[in-house]
Amino acid sequence: MSDLALAAEPATEVKPKANALTRLALFDRLFHWLTFLAAIIVLLLLAGVIISLIEGSMPAIRAFGFGFLSSQAWNPVTDDYGALPAIYGTVITSMIAMLVAVPVGLGVAVFLTELCPHALRRPIGMAIELLAGIPSIIYGIWGLFVLAPFLQGHVQPALISLFADAPFLSSLFAGPPYGIGVLTAGLILGVMVLPFIASISRDVFETVPPVLKEAAAGVGCTTFEIMNHVVMPYTRTGLIGGIMLGLGRALGETMAVTFVIGNAHKISSSILSPGTTISATIANEFTEAVGDLYTSSLIELGLILFVITFVVLAAARLMLMRIERKAGG
Amino acid sequence: MISSLLKRAAVAVAGLGVAASVAFAGEATISGAGATFPYPIYAKWADMYQKDTGTKLNYQSIGSGGGIKQVKARTVTFGASDQPLKAEDLDAAGLTQWPQIIGGIVPVVNIDGVNPGDLTLDGAVITKIFLGEIKSWDDAAIKKLNPKVKLPELPIVVAHRSDGSGTTFNFTNYLSKVSADWKSKVGENSAVEWPTGVGAKGNEGVATTVANTKGAIGYVEYAYAKQNKLTYTKLVNHDGKVVAPTSETFQAAAANADWATAPGFYQILTDQPGAKSWPITAASFILLPKQPQDAPIASEALKFFGWAFTSGGKAAEELDYIPLPQTVVALIKKSWAANVKGADGKPLSN
Amino acid sequence: MSLYAGRRANNIVATFLCWAAALFGLAWLIMILGALIYEGAKGLSPAVFTEMTPPPGSAGGLMNAIAGSFLMSAIGVAVGAPLGLLAGTYMAEYGRYAKITTVIRFINDILLSAPSIVVGLFVYTVLVAQMKHFSAIAGSGALAILVIPVVLRTTEDMLLLVPGSLREAAAALGLPRSYVIWHVAYRAAKSGLVTGVLLAIARVSGETAPLLFTSLNNQFWSLDLNAPMASLPVVIFQFALSPYRDWQQLAWTGALLITVTVLILSIAARALSAQRRRG
Repeated sequence: MSDLALAAEPATEVKPKANALTRLALFDRLFHWLTFLAAIIVLLLLAGVIISLIEGSMPAIRAFGFGFLSSQAWNPVTDDYGALPAIYGTVITSMIAMLVAVPVGLGVAVFLTELCPHALRRPIGMAIELLAGIPSIIYGIWGLFVLAPFLQGHVQPALISLFADAPFLSSLFAGPPYGIGVLTAGLILGVMVLPFIASISRDVFETVPPVLKEAAAGVGCTTFEIMNHVVMPYTRTGLIGGIMLGLGRALGETMAVTFVIGNAHKISSSILSPGTTISATIANEFTEAVGDLYTSSLIELGLILFVITFVVLAAARLMLMRIERKAGG
Repeated sequence: MISSLLKRAAVAVAGLGVAASVAFAGEATISGAGATFPYPIYAKWADMYQKDTGTKLNYQSIGSGGGIKQVKARTVTFGASDQPLKAEDLDAAGLTQWPQIIGGIVPVVNIDGVNPGDLTLDGAVITKIFLGEIKSWDDAAIKKLNPKVKLPELPIVVAHRSDGSGTTFNFTNYLSKVSADWKSKVGENSAVEWPTGVGAKGNEGVATTVANTKGAIGYVEYAYAKQNKLTYTKLVNHDGKVVAPTSETFQAAAANADWATAPGFYQILTDQPGAKSWPITAASFILLPKQPQDAPIASEALKFFGWAFTSGGKAAEELDYIPLPQTVVALIKKSWAANVKGADGKPLSN
Repeated sequence: MSLYAGRRANNIVATFLCWAAALFGLAWLIMILGALIYEGAKGLSPAVFTEMTPPPGSAGGLMNAIAGSFLMSAIGVAVGAPLGLLAGTYMAEYGRYAKITTVIRFINDILLSAPSIVVGLFVYTVLVAQMKHFSAIAGSGALAILVIPVVLRTTEDMLLLVPGSLREAAAALGLPRSYVIWHVAYRAAKSGLVTGVLLAIARVSGETAPLLFTSLNNQFWSLDLNAPMASLPVVIFQFALSPYRDWQQLAWTGALLITVTVLILSIAARALSAQRRRG
């Protein structure tokens, strides 16, 4: 019986099959190495970005050293540059953005998970994510043509006169109403970052086991108390991760800010005055920077921005990884 | 299904791209970059020249500083700058320079009820405004120059350039000439540390900022004020007379220039004497490598500029630019023959 | 006030604030999209798609910018998507538990959210300064670097979702590893992979900063990859900041075109992923 099965395979069919198998093995190894190569390229890309930034900044680093970070000068005539106004502007606009985006984003997330009628949940969720999809240059031109004149005509004069006599706030809201400036840029950034925080918070809220929320309700908690005492502590790490992701986005945003920041290399106590951010400075001045030191200072600004966003994003990613691991993902 | 469709679409596009780039690779375009000051007239000339001869000129108005940088790096065929380079800089960078067109820089304001030409300012007042010392439109110094104008209690919003600009160079040069205070505190250059105000990109940006902000004052090339119906002001000139920005006053200022003797045609036309001279007149220069890497394109560029000298005058005058006098044009063409040479040492201009 | 009444009051206030937050978010969306549609539609005409960008004071269109954006995005995706796909495949299939995968995943997430202007600086130093001129190639390169992290992330996530049992069944039949991936894993994750590519295209369609100093701009029709090329976002940047009415109108119209493209792509991506979840 067995010799029937063995006899069925003639010798002439073995060789082509063996060739086919070798070809398959070769293709297999090739594919493996191809994918590995692609993975390494991603690694090299990031290394390349950092190395080219450092190399480009070397002339400026050698000229200014650490003084670059504390100097307020920005004088292409005497070739004296300092990063402080740009760093200050970046931080202040991002802070204003967070002040707007975090409460509103969390509020939207709570609304979508708890308070919204079920039929409206998907459309409103989609609408908020549409906000995230709008390219940043649209925010920029909208801010310049629609928001800034409105702020200049109606909101800023009111703010200036409202706080004119308050001791500390009068210098915070001082100055002629430009319309554009640090506050406008911060507002636009806040609206840009809002959908990110809202959607990450919503995803994180949905990982809370319903049994915890039901138990709290069973003890007699109001919706607000459930959010406050059960959901938020449970999702704390994820929320902070999401907020820091939003912060990373706000720090690096270029186009929305460039239109409305006012391009003044100054640190002013008033948030109604013009300022500058790192990305706006680079976007405005890079193509025109004459001289090695000027270009190199701009690249060093880019390096500083990259380092700041790297630190914020790395911290955010680590926190989000922790919560993913906790949720069993 | 979608993925195979996408795949096919991607292949088609890539094929188109390759085919098109091969097909179009042969077409030569003159590339230039630089000052926003002459951009309205250069753009008009480029349009006219393309209709006339078919050769394209791609000019990016990125500011004089950018134009100097790009031509030094040889990333463009020619650069344009309202701040002329000194002879040493020209030699060091291997460039030749000549003035192509003359125009005037005017202060523009945005005050309700004030029409073009209503307001008069002088050097001292403008300097104080840009230093941030005069902060409101109803200040006594401004009222003194304008007894008949109704000036509201409106905060002054200063608009200046945020990019490297020859317009800024000429404007701050004028301010330094009329005010020792400005000269010591800020100085003159294509980019300075402005004591106050908002920065905008290009003549375009300043024009937009002034147009959109109540109480704003800025400085732009006259074509921008004219094209965009901005409210320009009159100025008090070197001789103490009040003049309005017109081609007559620009020409009066340019009449004094001695083009023949200055190396690289280096002339600054601000604060010129003469009863009719406009105080902030400026020439805009072209920079071209003495030994261009791409000789045929450089030769095309010289043809374009020669055409602009002979046929572009009318278009320039419509925008209130001043064409250069024929005697200077002859000198410029001689300088081309002497300075711009191909790899074989022969001059590229014909 | 009794304790219960106080707690109830807190709840009512908080509910009101959350409703206000949602309406606030929606209001901004309506204001921005409304202004965009209103201003952009005013300038919509066939001329926009057939004429080139005009000099100031003349009428024209956006054809060279549209073509330029299309071409550079296409090349950027054509280069970046395969790289992202292959790298994601390595991370999900061959190197799933390797240490290097964790590192690459971490780095990729950084690259995903890094400021795009920094990518532009990198491409300028590496390509533009070396080639000594601006070019569409440099612009496409910058866009490719922006495409890779998006595609890599979705590829890895989608491939990880494919059940191991499918792969094991294929392996039991004697298929080599690469065939298992090609014919089983890719087929199963197909709509997810396409979603990733669509999202990447949506992302680069609106990017301006990296193109500012790589592909520069070009007022004429040009498909020459070795020369500066016009692109919608850069043209919008230049036109919006100008004082010329017709340029500003073209800027709004161009902005409307970009937004519509991005929204269509995002909705397509979302529809695909919903289909996958249902099917």
